[in-house]
Amino acid sequence: AAAMTVNADLRRERAAATFQPLLLTHILDGGPERTRRRKEIEALVLNDPDFQHTDLNFLSRSQRYEQAIRKSSLMVMKLREYGIADPEEIFWFKSFVHRGRPEPLDLHLGMFLPTLLTQATPEQQDRFFMPAWNLEIIGTYAQTEMGHGTHLRGLETTATYDPATQEFILNSPTVTSIKWWPGGLGKTSNHAIVLAQLYTQGQCKGLHAFIVPIRQLGTHEPLPGITVGDIGPKFGYDEMDNGYLKMDNFRIPRENMLMKYAQVEPDGTYVKPLSDKLTYGTMVFIRSLIVGDSARSLSRACTIAIRYSAVRHQSELKPGEPEPQILDYQTQQYKLFPLLATAYAFHFVGAYIKDTYHRISGDINEGDLSELPELHALTAGLKAFTSWTANAGIEECRMACGGHGYSRCSGIPDIYVTFTPSCTYEGENTVMMLQTARFLVKSYTQVSSGQQVTGMVSYLNDLSRQRIQPQQVAARTVTVRINDPVSLVEAYKARAAWLVEAAAKNLQAELNHRKSKEDAWNRTSVDLVRASEAHCHYVVVKLFAAKLSEVTNAAVRAVLTDLCLLYALFGISRNTGDFLQAGILTSAQITQVNQHVKELLAVIRPNAVALVDSFDFHDVHLGSVLGRYDGNVYENMFEWAKKSPLNKTQVHESFHKHLKPMQAKL
Amino acid sequence: SVNPDLASERQTASFCVEKLTALLDGGAEQTRIRRAVVEAIQSDPVFSREDQYFQTQNERYEAAVRKAVHLQKKMHEMGWTENGPEYKYIYRALSGDVAFLLHRVFMRSISVLGSDKQIAKWIPLATQLRLIGSYAQTELGHGTYLQGLETTAVFDIATQEFILNTPKISAMKWWPGDMGRSATHTVVFAQLYIHGKCYGIHPFIVQIRSLQDHSLCPGITAGDIGPKMNFEAIDNGYLMLKNVRIPRENMLSKFCEVQPDGTYVRQGSQKINYFTMTTVRISLISDEVLTPLMKACTIAIRYSVVRRQSKLKPGEQEAKILDYQTQQEKLLPQLASAYAFHFINDYLQELFDRGYREIQRKNFDMLPELHALSSGFKAVITHHSTAAVEICLRACGGHGYSLLSGLPSLYTKILASCIYEGENTILLLQTARFLIKCFMAASAGQPVPPSVTYLAAVKSGKCPAKNKLDFLSPDIYTEAYQHVAFRLISSTAAKLQDLIQSGAKKYNAWNQCTVQLVQAAKAHCHYITVKNFAETVEKLETKAGIQRIMKHLCDLFALHGIFSNTGAFLHDGYISAAQMDMVTASYLDLLAVIRKDAVPLVDAFDFTDKSLNSALGSYDGQVYQRLYEWAQKSPTNKMSPAYERYLKPLLHNTLSKL
Repeated sequence: AAAMTVNADLRRERAAATFQPLLLTHILDGGPERTRRRKEIEALVLNDPDFQHTDLNFLSRSQRYEQAIRKSSLMVMKLREYGIADPEEIFWFKSFVHRGRPEPLDLHLGMFLPTLLTQATPEQQDRFFMPAWNLEIIGTYAQTEMGHGTHLRGLETTATYDPATQEFILNSPTVTSIKWWPGGLGKTSNHAIVLAQLYTQGQCKGLHAFIVPIRQLGTHEPLPGITVGDIGPKFGYDEMDNGYLKMDNFRIPRENMLMKYAQVEPDGTYVKPLSDKLTYGTMVFIRSLIVGDSARSLSRACTIAIRYSAVRHQSELKPGEPEPQILDYQTQQYKLFPLLATAYAFHFVGAYIKDTYHRISGDINEGDLSELPELHALTAGLKAFTSWTANAGIEECRMACGGHGYSRCSGIPDIYVTFTPSCTYEGENTVMMLQTARFLVKSYTQVSSGQQVTGMVSYLNDLSRQRIQPQQVAARTVTVRINDPVSLVEAYKARAAWLVEAAAKNLQAELNHRKSKEDAWNRTSVDLVRASEAHCHYVVVKLFAAKLSEVTNAAVRAVLTDLCLLYALFGISRNTGDFLQAGILTSAQITQVNQHVKELLAVIRPNAVALVDSFDFHDVHLGSVLGRYDGNVYENMFEWAKKSPLNKTQVHESFHKHLKPMQAKL
Repeated sequence: SVNPDLASERQTASFCVEKLTALLDGGAEQTRIRRAVVEAIQSDPVFSREDQYFQTQNERYEAAVRKAVHLQKKMHEMGWTENGPEYKYIYRALSGDVAFLLHRVFMRSISVLGSDKQIAKWIPLATQLRLIGSYAQTELGHGTYLQGLETTAVFDIATQEFILNTPKISAMKWWPGDMGRSATHTVVFAQLYIHGKCYGIHPFIVQIRSLQDHSLCPGITAGDIGPKMNFEAIDNGYLMLKNVRIPRENMLSKFCEVQPDGTYVRQGSQKINYFTMTTVRISLISDEVLTPLMKACTIAIRYSVVRRQSKLKPGEQEAKILDYQTQQEKLLPQLASAYAFHFINDYLQELFDRGYREIQRKNFDMLPELHALSSGFKAVITHHSTAAVEICLRACGGHGYSLLSGLPSLYTKILASCIYEGENTILLLQTARFLIKCFMAASAGQPVPPSVTYLAAVKSGKCPAKNKLDFLSPDIYTEAYQHVAFRLISSTAAKLQDLIQSGAKKYNAWNQCTVQLVQAAKAHCHYITVKNFAETVEKLETKAGIQRIMKHLCDLFALHGIFSNTGAFLHDGYISAAQMDMVTASYLDLLAVIRKDAVPLVDAFDFTDKSLNSALGSYDGQVYQRLYEWAQKSPTNKMSPAYERYLKPLLHNTLSKL
């Protein structure tokens, strides 16, 4: 389409904002300098003709894979050419190149290389690292099997040591043991780090990692004994060749076991690793990325839905007047603004985890790991909490765009299908929630036995002091002021305490009735998940409220305070039962909360577009006709549709093949 | 052979599966007919869906056209007719994967809106597929709000023609199925102008493609609107009209006619037409909503007894994931909803049949109630079922994300139902308008329709339950649902009144209460669903264990609704905090009870493997073998041009010079 001016509705919206979006962008990026650098990298990619291509929506899966691999190889070269080495800058570069989508080298860059660095011996690094760095070796990380996911001990792949030849013999003994899902495994990789049960001297030594060549260098054909391929079409991840791998008496030299920690000596003697808490660190880091991704994906969906809702006019609000912007309907605001507030909340949570991780990992090198277990437990729950919420939120945004949201041109279907697997990978969410619950119950038990706990769970300390009184704990603790974020944090704290205590007591009751711990745990798990969710919800509200005091610009602080209040109050209005049942709020207060939520919707309404502009997504990155910055939605939908594959020819071949013969016969 | 983990589930069924299937079908004879149709269709290779997950949009479209053409032949061969008992099962047997669905809407709109003369002219042509029709209502800028449509039809007395135009881009027809590539004709809704005066929206038959070579007619711009989340087989289209002239006789004129001199005449009552529109919302529930929901439950539950993960007891085998309470809590309430919605759908169908008979007798009294029920239930059932299918998808972990599980396409298809035939929020507000009106009438002592008589009786008091078993009494929980619906409707009505009395304009007061109004409408529909489920269970025969298991599901449906919305029940103290703990306890106990019959309960839906088209959900439970076999058929495993073009240079050292 020809260059067009910005849609009048959006111009009006932007003029009416009470704050400067750029200042808020700086906060989200972590300072004006970071914003500048991000935009510099963005321009580097977006102005590069090598990274241009047709709209991916019109390409087949094979074509999308091909585009992705083309861009990935260029990306690796250009990153080195430009000397970009900072992890966050690499992340930006990569997400601009791939427009927020996964790509076939993700596992090579994100898992294969780092695993070599952390788990390979110096000799192994000499053999594998430089070839891998130069992409002569492309590797992936093969852990998950067809029949086994989150529960690692259940993996069935075996690596049996043969001292006669000093080799490991790798086998996939059953169908369920076939490696399934690893990204880049299907077509791209020629090596894989394979997780397998190690057998030596007739004994199983548990899971270990092995470097396994899978394709012939030069021809890229699978090696004898290796069956490898693509697992077929998925909901999303079209550009990723998630693969399968079956090994049949496949031999690798002894030196291919990653031996920085555990070792197998030439005669087959197994040398145990020193205890390794560092893997905790990696998991925390990856989960912090998912929390950040929850925030970003939800922000993108909100940007699209809110801009479109300012452009779309429908029905009648006042008789006789023109059709209003749909963003003026209370029901539309009620769908979108709480999600907008959530996106901001999750941004701050993501930043908090990242900072804490960096602070603690400094300590790791100095040997102080005391805070790691809590962070590990907390991030498990937060990963689940934010990804579930964002997952549902993205769908809500799409629904709020009516029929057009359903078209691929809206961009939201793509955000959804790309994001939704994060509820499963890196730890299935329910399992994650139960991990956090385990930590909460443990902390509760400590408090019950007279010990103090620290950190985010320290509110549990208050429980023991109140135990002398017969009523339920929260019933008398807080006087909630619904206009005050700090007071709302207290209310969420009380709710978490109430649910943690209830779950712990139910667990105890089950234990008193039954023999097995596992059974009691299972019979309490619905309660335990609820407790975890409440704990995470509290943490999010707390971190959001804490962020407010750091904001110096008054106008920005005011609008963030509105969002923080909306986030906290909306959460209450969606969970009124907990607050009522625990006696934290009265029915009259709930009615006030509901009323105040609606008032806040009206308060936020004038700033809605500016608040999504602050996320600062470039149109190319957003990939949405509905969410364009200039708001020229309809013209561009038409332009987009004309490129659809079904429109390639004026008369579709089906007419000649099927319709015409039929009409002739009838 | 059947996977032993699945086989063992079937041995312990507490009820007769075949009897339950017959109940769902409405009798054993219906089951027989349905199975015969499914067999005839699914044994015919032309209707195969085997490759559908691997096909491009173009291939899907072509297959759908091929199937539609073949279906004509098949029906003739089998002796099936549109009025025969087999007809309604054909769509289910095809899983909706067939072109020309809008052709039927085209025909129906002519039958309903056309004069006898028009019907006589067009229907035979359409029946013989001499032409292919579509239905063009929605525009790029306008959806549910029909008055806002911008397409114009100006009457030209001189030539006795209408001149149709798309005055601006937002007026372009957008979304109509079959219009992008297939249709030769379509019913266009446009603003009628005579002598410069606008008479509102009217339907016109417009030819858009040549019957000879299928090229576009002069003045027509049409095409496909591009890829969507699903419905790849359907060519949803756009249509732009530029001075397209059609004869005066092409305006569908059962209710309104433009005479040769330009006189506009209104005739007859539109009410029956209005009724037809509302029945569409009910008629879609069975095929478009219940079927995918039941399929998703079947796949997720069967997979959950085959999939083993982690250990429940040390030293034992890894446990079936359905044995985890959290997995039960995800899936079993969805299973209960599938049954609840099946029964409410029966109730609605019956009500609408009765309504139709009344309307035939020119009695329109039931119309407002039918309209309110169809709007509200369409919204509640589609919304709830969509969420349920997504829960099933995510409950299958990573494998649920594979298209081969069948779940992603069930999800992307069912979620469209939240938007088409009226956007859900707007529909709920229509129901709310009816409820508020009835509440005011009831308060003033006037009579109200049967489904809302509870609004007349003043409710107060507390829930009488004394222990957790009391919450397994339908009277107790139905009463609680009724109480909440009443409270939400009455408090919203009071709020509206307050706002208006304090000087707010009516429309403003309404907009300020819409969030509450939506909640009230949902609560009403939820109440009716629970009540109907309980009443249905009561009437079931006690033989073969059917009534007992249905009672459990009814309890679960009701208690799950309370458990996931505790605030509504606690708000005015109708249920106390202590009672809420009883609800939770009863609810969690039920999960373990229904767990035992979970597989037989999905078996009773009686989907063939070909209908499910899922590597995870097949009857024999050979999940992993199937997943592996199907993956190998993926086109991505046939050739990879990317290797020669990009990977090879990459691996062959072109980078090492860096």
